[in-house]
Amino acid sequence: MAASESTRTGRSAAGTLPRRGRPGLHPAVRYLGGRVLTALVSLLAVMVTSFFLFRVLPGDPVSALTQGRSVSVEQLEAMRRDFGLDQPLPQQFADYCLGMLTLDFGMSYQYRVPVADLIAERIGPTLLLAGTGTVIAAILGLVLGTRAGWRRGSLMDRVDTGIALALWSVPSFWLGLLLIVLLASGVGLFPTSGMSSPGVEGTFAVALDVGHHLVLPVATMVAVVYAQYMMIMRSSVLDEMGSDYLTTARAKGLRDSLVLRRHAVPNALLPTVTLIFLNLGRVVSGVILIETVFAWPGLGSLFYSGLRVPDLPIVQALFVVFAGSVILMNLLADLVYPLLDPRVRT
Amino acid sequence: MARQQEPARPPARAPKSRAARRTAAAVTAALVAAAPALSAAPNAAADSDGADTLTIAASQPVDSLSPFLAQRLISTSVHRLAYDYLTNYDPETNEPIPGLAESWKTSEDGLTWTYTIRDGATWSDGEPVTAEDAAWTFTTMMEDAGAATANGNFVANFESVEAVDATTLRIELKQPQATMLALDVPIVPKHVWEDVGDYSSFDNDEFPIVGSGPFVITDHEPNQSITLKANEDYWRDPPKFDRLVFRYMPELDAQVEALRAGEVSFVSGLTPAQADALKGTENITVNTASGKRFQGFTINPGARTRDGEEFGDGHPALQDRVLRRAIMRAIDKDEIVESVYGGYAEAAGGYIPARYDTYHWKPDASQRLDFDPDAANEMLDEAGYERGENGVRVSPDGDPLKLRMHVHNDRPDYVAMGKLLVERLADIGIEVENRTVDPGVLSDALHSGEYDLIFTGWTVNPDPDYVLGIHTCGALPTEPGTMRSDAYFCDKDYDRLYKEQLAAYDDPEGRAAAVEKMQAILYDEAVVNVLTYADTLEAYRSDQIASIQVQPDPGGNIWGQDGHWSWSSAVPAADSRAGASVSPWVLAGAGAVVLVAAGAGVYLVRRRAAGAEDRE
Repeated sequence: MAASESTRTGRSAAGTLPRRGRPGLHPAVRYLGGRVLTALVSLLAVMVTSFFLFRVLPGDPVSALTQGRSVSVEQLEAMRRDFGLDQPLPQQFADYCLGMLTLDFGMSYQYRVPVADLIAERIGPTLLLAGTGTVIAAILGLVLGTRAGWRRGSLMDRVDTGIALALWSVPSFWLGLLLIVLLASGVGLFPTSGMSSPGVEGTFAVALDVGHHLVLPVATMVAVVYAQYMMIMRSSVLDEMGSDYLTTARAKGLRDSLVLRRHAVPNALLPTVTLIFLNLGRVVSGVILIETVFAWPGLGSLFYSGLRVPDLPIVQALFVVFAGSVILMNLLADLVYPLLDPRVRT
Repeated sequence: MARQQEPARPPARAPKSRAARRTAAAVTAALVAAAPALSAAPNAAADSDGADTLTIAASQPVDSLSPFLAQRLISTSVHRLAYDYLTNYDPETNEPIPGLAESWKTSEDGLTWTYTIRDGATWSDGEPVTAEDAAWTFTTMMEDAGAATANGNFVANFESVEAVDATTLRIELKQPQATMLALDVPIVPKHVWEDVGDYSSFDNDEFPIVGSGPFVITDHEPNQSITLKANEDYWRDPPKFDRLVFRYMPELDAQVEALRAGEVSFVSGLTPAQADALKGTENITVNTASGKRFQGFTINPGARTRDGEEFGDGHPALQDRVLRRAIMRAIDKDEIVESVYGGYAEAAGGYIPARYDTYHWKPDASQRLDFDPDAANEMLDEAGYERGENGVRVSPDGDPLKLRMHVHNDRPDYVAMGKLLVERLADIGIEVENRTVDPGVLSDALHSGEYDLIFTGWTVNPDPDYVLGIHTCGALPTEPGTMRSDAYFCDKDYDRLYKEQLAAYDDPEGRAAAVEKMQAILYDEAVVNVLTYADTLEAYRSDQIASIQVQPDPGGNIWGQDGHWSWSSAVPAADSRAGASVSPWVLAGAGAVVLVAAGAGVYLVRRRAAGAEDRE
C-alpha cells in the first residue's frame, strides 16, 4: 500500500497541492483516512447499540434457562451472579466496553464457554456455505444478466428473467425443504442435513463428504439470491447499450462477443461490484433459515439459539461481528473503487 | 441444466441446438453415471466397519458435557447413558430400583440414609467405582457453587455426605427429603475430576470420557453430533447396538425426511399430522405414548409476596373462587383433545399426568367441573355477575369481566387452545383479550403479576415432589420477581399435606393419599388448571431397530425416559447392516466425472457462442 501511494503521490502532487492548506496530506491519504475514520465511528456506534438493544428484549435469561427444571432459589442467585446480571446497569456497560476493547466477548450463558470460542468454531461452516453460495450466485447472476441485457427482449431474456424472479420470491425455508423431500429423502442423491457424516476420516474423504452435504444448502441459497445480481447486471448492460464507444468498437470491426467482453461488461460491472461487496459483508451473518433447515452448524443458527434465551454475550458479540464485517467490506469497496473506476480517483 | 437448454429453443438459431443438446447429454450421462454411487445415502444403522449404529435425531444441541452444568434434556439423556446414578427407575413401572447403590436403609427419623454401593461396577478406564466417588460428587456440589449449577437442588438439604468405607455411603439430611431414591445426579469419577480447577467452566471434553454407564462418550462435534460406544464391561447386560449417534437437526420436518431416508433411526416430538403421515409408511413404526407433561393455564388469584404485600394488576374479580370455577366449567377439554391434538391427548383430571398411576388423581362425579356452559352461567348469575349491555358480565364491584390471556407464541398447541378458550369464555359473558406473545414477554408478565390468565405446562418426574412444591406458600416471591411458583397459589391445607407427603418417604401408600388430596385442593380452587396430558409421538425405523423398551411398559415413551432403557435395550434389526455406505473413492470418481462433464459443457457452450456470433 505504502509503495503504491508514494508513486501516486509523485504523479499527481503538482495538480492537487494548492487545493487545501494542509501540506503533506495527499488527497488519496485523506480519502483513505476519511473512510477508515468513518468506519471506526460506525463500529463504535454499533458496539454501544448492541449493549442496549438486546437488554430491551423481554424475558430473563436465568428464568428462561431454568424453565421447567427443578432449581432452588440459591441456584438462581448463583447464576445471576455468574452472569454479572446482579450488577447495576452502568457497571455492566463498563464491563462490556472493556471486554469488547480487549476482544473478550464473555462467557455464553447456555454453553458456559467463551463466546469467542463459539464464534471461532462456527465461522468456518458459515463462510463455507454462504461464501460458496455468494460466489456461485454472483458468477451465475453476472453471466445470465449480461446475456439477458445484451439480448434484451429475446425469448431467452424473458425466460431467464422470469425464472430468476420466480425463484427470488420463493421462501428459502420452503425451497430447502422441497429439495430435501425431492432429492434427499426422495431420490436419495444427497444427505438430508448436517455438514458431515459421523465417523468419516481422512482429509480427502472428509472434504468429499462435506462437499456432498454442501450441495443442497448451496443450491437453495444460489437459487434464491442469484436474481439480484442478474437483474443489476442486466440493467447495467442495458445502460451501456446505446453508448458511443460501443458503436466505435463495432466500427473498428470487433466481433460482437469482443465488444461485449472488452467494452460493455467492464463498464457495466461497477454497480454489481458494490452489491457483491455489500453481500460479502453479509456472508458472515450467514443464511439463518437455510442453516436451520439443513442443520448447518454456522453462525446464523448460533445467533438464533442466542436470541431464544436471550444469551446476551452471544447476541451482543455476533451483532458486533455481523455489523463489523459489513462495515469492513464497505470500507474495502470504497478502497477498491478507485482502482476499478478512474473517475473516482480524482 | 434447464438453463443451458433454453437457448436451443429459438428456431432462428438452429445450429446452437445441436451443441446444446450435446452438452445436456454429456451432463445427463455424468449424472446418470454418478447416481447409483451417490444414491446409496448413508444408512443410519450401517457403517463401513460393520458395527451396528443407532442414530437418533436430536432437536437441541448439547449445552455442556459436564454433568455439573448440563441442563438440557439432550445432555441429561446422554449423561444417563454415560454415568450411573445411585438409583434408577424400573422400565415397566417407573418405581425406583437399584443403580450404583444395590441397597439402602433409612434411620428412624428419616435423616440418615445409608447406601451400599455395588461391588462389580468399574469406570471405563478400569478403576473400580467406590462410595468415595459418590461422596466426592455430592460434597463438591454442596461446597462449590459452580458444581451446583445443574443439580444443586438435590443436595440443598444435605447436612453431610461421607464414604464410611469403599462400599458404604452415608448421607445426613437437615430435613426429611422425599427424593432420596430419585437423586438424578450422575456420579463422576473422583480420580478424574478432583484436579479440575473451575467447575463452572470445565466442559469435560477429553474423549473417551471416563464414565460408568452402558455407553461411553467417544466424540462430540459441537452442534452436529455426539457419538457413544457400547461399554462391554457394563455390570448390567451390555447394550446390543455397538454405537449410538445423536444428530442435531433443529427442524422437525427435516428430521422426518431424514427418517424416511433412513439416515436416522428415531425421531421424537412429532406433531399429530406428522404421526398420521408416517403411520402408513413402510418400515416405520409410530409409537404413541402417554405424556409426561401436562398443559394448562393458571388464573391470577391476586399476586402477592410471602409477607402478603400485593402487587401486579390482576383482575380483582378473579380472587372469587366461584368465578374461577365457572371459567373451568365453560371449557370443553374433550374439544381441545380432538381439535388441538387430533385425539393424541387425554383430557386432564388432576395435576399429575395419568401415566403415573401411583399419584394420578381423578375427581369423582360430585367434585367434577364438567363442561356445562348453562351451569357456569347459572353460577355467575347467582354470584351477582350481571350481564352488561354488550353481553359482557360485570362483577358485583362493577368491573367488567374483560380478561387478558397470555399464550406462548412458540407453541402451536397453546395457540390453538387459546383461540378455543376465547370462544368458550365468550359463551358465559367473559371477554378475553388474546395476547399470543414471545415467552420472554409472558415470563415478564407472570413475574410482575400483570396478567389474568396465563398458559403453563410442566414435565412431571416419577417423583412429583418438585411440581407439588412450587405451589406451596413458601414458593411465593420474597419480593416481586423472585417467584419459584407459576401461579401465586397459597393454601394452608395444601402446605400441611405437602409436609405430610414429604415425611411419608417410607410409606408409599400414605404418600400417594396425601398427594391425591393436594391435587383435589388444586382442582377445587381452580387457580392451577390442567387441561390435557398430550401424548408423546415418536417414530423409528423398524428395519433398523427390531425392538425397543418403552417406559412405562406398555404405553410409554422412548425418548426422555427416566433411565437409559430405550437405548441400552434396543435390538438391531437383522438386516440393519444392509445397504453399504458410500466409499469415498466411488464418490470421488463420480465427482470427477461431473467436473469433466461440466468442463466439457462450458467449453462447448463457449465455442458455440463464439461461432454463432461470428455468423451474425
